[in-house]
Amino acid sequence: MIEQIPELVVKGVLAGGIYGLLAMGLTLQYGVCRILNITHGEFAMLGGVLTYTLITNLGINPLVAAAVTGPLMFVIGFVLQMTLFRALKARSPSQPVFEGSALLVAFGVMYVITFIAQRGWGGLRLTTTWLATKVMFAGVTLFLNQIVAFAIAVALGVALYLFLTRSRLGRAIRATAEDPATAGLMGVDTNLMLAFCFGLGALLAGIAGPLSAMITNPSTAIGFHNTVIALIVVTLGGLGSVPGSFVAGIIIGIVSQLVTGLWESSFTVTVYYAILMILLLVRPTGLLGKR
Amino acid sequence: MGVVQLLTTNRKLLRWVFLALVLALIVTLPLYGGRYHTSVLSFVLVYVVLAVTWAMFSGTTGYMSLAPAAFFGLGVYSMAILQHTLPFPIVMVVGGIVSFAFALLIGLVTLRLKGIYFAIFTFGLVVFLSELVQHLETRLRNTHGWAIIPMNTTMILYVALGLVVVTMLAVYFIRRSRYGLAMLSIGGNEEAAGHMGVNTTMVKVLSFAISSVFMGVAGVIGATQLIYINTAVAFSTIYSFMPILMAVFGGMGTLYGPVAGAVVFAYLDTMIRNEFPRYFLLIFGIVLVAVILFLPNGIAGLMPMLQERLRGLKARLRKGGQTEQHANT
Repeated sequence: MIEQIPELVVKGVLAGGIYGLLAMGLTLQYGVCRILNITHGEFAMLGGVLTYTLITNLGINPLVAAAVTGPLMFVIGFVLQMTLFRALKARSPSQPVFEGSALLVAFGVMYVITFIAQRGWGGLRLTTTWLATKVMFAGVTLFLNQIVAFAIAVALGVALYLFLTRSRLGRAIRATAEDPATAGLMGVDTNLMLAFCFGLGALLAGIAGPLSAMITNPSTAIGFHNTVIALIVVTLGGLGSVPGSFVAGIIIGIVSQLVTGLWESSFTVTVYYAILMILLLVRPTGLLGKR
Repeated sequence: MGVVQLLTTNRKLLRWVFLALVLALIVTLPLYGGRYHTSVLSFVLVYVVLAVTWAMFSGTTGYMSLAPAAFFGLGVYSMAILQHTLPFPIVMVVGGIVSFAFALLIGLVTLRLKGIYFAIFTFGLVVFLSELVQHLETRLRNTHGWAIIPMNTTMILYVALGLVVVTMLAVYFIRRSRYGLAMLSIGGNEEAAGHMGVNTTMVKVLSFAISSVFMGVAGVIGATQLIYINTAVAFSTIYSFMPILMAVFGGMGTLYGPVAGAVVFAYLDTMIRNEFPRYFLLIFGIVLVAVILFLPNGIAGLMPMLQERLRGLKARLRKGGQTEQHANT
């Protein structure tokens, strides 16, 4: 039992990279656009099943597919924010009302996406695993695809963090998140920033989809589960905090591996939930959230 | 002639007559409607209870609960587990008590959460319960799901109607009481309500628990309409979002709004499921988006909006006519 723990922790860290990536997208969408995007996991699911189509029809590998699905999801997210959520914001009398309505609208969009996916790809698991070669690393047997996916997730996470903190566009985004009215007066096109951020969140989901498709076979039914995990990770890390989401993603990854390895895989969501409940009681704003 | 005049002038009387007619229609439906329509109507009434109690808590306090499915599912499972051992009325009581106890616990845990955190927590609650029940089910019984013994549809209809009447009376009196006022004040400004001497925590937790009692009992009744249940059926998120959609569509400011919304959408739901079962997700998704986008205050808010538009149109027409006259002279 005990000697298993280091191995499980390493595997958990690797699995957590993708959770972190997924959650960063969600936290960006909530932190800037104030939309708790319940559709988020469905975007990742779409990315996964699209990867299957691209692999089987064009014979490319999932990493190239991610370069296609990511931008595609960006466009969908961008258009959704530009049309639906922008109109909703214009109609909402106050911020809390908008947040509530946006949640419901996102739920409606989720149904539409689930419908499209089920029509297009059915309900079966699709085979997409790639690079499933074993690698020995510090006495732990790992798969190459896990390492590659983790490396890409970390690289994207760091890139996003640097983009938000160092670049001019990133500063405009943070200004929009903090105070849209003032940012607008300073010459920031806030509507464009909101759409860009929503698209960026969708892009991260669109890349997380193919990355997880490399490791486990995707299906159209997995979207909701993705959303729930992303929500738990985001709340754990602090809603709106990008680094917090990544850290929390890795924590949840470790927890999931430990629970699966030492206990039973059907308990994972229950344990996540127990952690979330305790955390919300002790620190309602999450690990790295602002007070 | 006298009757017509009395009805058109006395709106209160008109409302009572309308209510009596609806009640009479529901009560007599099993005589001519057949088993199918009776069963559909029972489910509509179950949805009425969900929508009204959701609006009672979330509509007034402003805390968006995404947990109706959790309490509905608890009711469904109470029925599934106890159907052979206890008589139906006692199962209803048990379903209500289980939901109440669970809601009280959740309320006490979540009372510190504000705004969107409460929504996330209650959303996850449904998934959590579903997974937990499924785990226990496979552990203890080695099977998945339960068959529910069908019951007399007429009896179920009357029971559901009884529950609707009790729910409406309860919500009516709560809304009129000091307690209902306290709930509204929390929705308006929680901090100010606290300073005015409202025990906000107690009011929130208790009203959350009270609304859950009705959802649990609705689950017990709803279960009798489902032939076979498992965690995916009992804890389906549709039971969380449907009542919200109904309440928003009907308008949450009034007692009748959620009822109207529930009737419209419950029938729409059955209609789409029967006529276009493959397109259910698509149609439901689009309707949900359209309602939130175009009817944020529900159909109750639609009438004043239309009147305003009409008045504006009339004014513009009159103005247009005037300018034309000026042009002529």
